[in-house]
Amino acid sequence: MEKTINLTLKVWRQNGPKEKGRFETYQVSNISTDSSFLEMMDILNEQLISENKEPIAFDHDCREGICGMCSLYINGRPHGPDEDITTCQLHMRKFKDGETVTIEPWRAAAFPIIKDLIVDRTAFDTIIAAGGYVSVNTGGIPDANAIPIAKVAADEAMDAASCIGCGACVAACKNSSAMLFVSAKVSQLALLPQGKVEAKRRAKAMVAKMDELGFGGCTNTGACEVECPKNISISNISRLNREFLKARFSD
Amino acid sequence: MSNFLTTSIGRKFLMSVTGLFLMMFIMVHLTINLLLIFDDSGDLFNQGAHFMATNPAIKIMEPVLALGFLVHIIWSLVVSLQNMKARPIGYKQLNNSQSSSWASRNMLILGALIFVFLVMHIIQFFWKIKVTGDPLLQHVTVGGEEMENTYALVATLFKESLLYSIAYVVGAILLGMHLVHGFWSAFQTIGFANQIWLKRLKVVGAVFAIIIAIGFSVIPLYFQIKF
Repeated sequence: MEKTINLTLKVWRQNGPKEKGRFETYQVSNISTDSSFLEMMDILNEQLISENKEPIAFDHDCREGICGMCSLYINGRPHGPDEDITTCQLHMRKFKDGETVTIEPWRAAAFPIIKDLIVDRTAFDTIIAAGGYVSVNTGGIPDANAIPIAKVAADEAMDAASCIGCGACVAACKNSSAMLFVSAKVSQLALLPQGKVEAKRRAKAMVAKMDELGFGGCTNTGACEVECPKNISISNISRLNREFLKARFSD
Repeated sequence: MSNFLTTSIGRKFLMSVTGLFLMMFIMVHLTINLLLIFDDSGDLFNQGAHFMATNPAIKIMEPVLALGFLVHIIWSLVVSLQNMKARPIGYKQLNNSQSSSWASRNMLILGALIFVFLVMHIIQFFWKIKVTGDPLLQHVTVGGEEMENTYALVATLFKESLLYSIAYVVGAILLGMHLVHGFWSAFQTIGFANQIWLKRLKVVGAVFAIIIAIGFSVIPLYFQIKF
């Protein structure tokens, strides 16, 4: 049986990067508990448009949890009150009838607000551009077993590569640290032979860029790992520390 | 190397190694101090304290230890300030307890409280023994060797003051909470962790923190209850 709920929403509104923001309160009613959080936002925006008001700007794209575009800090948690999901995968059944839901953008100096709930996550691309790649053309797909890679290394590299760069780690971290993101991007290459050649240069360059862009340092609270929709492990952060320190001490 | 400490990982590395060093000190400190409760005549502890005060290796380590404390404390302020700058506007609603422990988020506050305890602790014992002296410290002879009666100084404080005894138990608990996060975090920061060792270090860290907290709490409680 379909169930519907009514909610009070407190949403951060900000007209532009330099403007002063404020919370605004909206009511939505008859929201199906089977709908997703973003569908609820769509309904709210339709409502606002019909009232001749400016709709709320928020990021979204694939709506199936693989693109990393949707953000939203919902009721004190990135991607809201559910585990291992992005906001588009969050269902309204996670909320109670009559509940007040607070919706905020990611908060970090390195993620400036563009409008309302949309933040600029170009900083992540800048970090990747600083070294998150292999410089030489490695050709097509190699024959199976042509390059021996241990199963454990392959598994861990694959797990690290599942990072979708959504920024929930930065949003969850009390220091707005991007260490989980950077460590995943360093690990996916450092674990494999193709990436090992440039491992030192990569670790140094990506950490330097991360610091330069104004992300905080890691204090190992582990909040990032819990809030990560892709379950990236903080053991990657230890690997990044190891890679970075090895690179620095061998200079 | 010059700008190593300006990188985020470099800054944390310094916190980590000083923390590990202080943890080694705390183990030695607890071991010697537990002698307090195993000999009510005080001879055992006095011998232990005398050995620590006269041993050349300890004499060398004393200024290093002071430096370790200073670096760990002052540097924590630098690191925290840097991290606060990374989030100029905070959240209206936070639900942190879902994703991280209270201790891990409040290492600075725990550290500050431990610092307050440390100042009190130094004034009560270290300062009196090394600088100002105290009538309680008059020399005793243990095993034909003359030494200061540090046992009397410590035992008298804990026997006579319930308030200070409680303060020392609170101090021990605060230190334990600091170490529950600090222990594994230090290893994580120097890169000594992977998916298996992360779990092991967390367990070892918790056990270590509990031993430290209980070990130091037992001393004032022993004097309060027995005398």
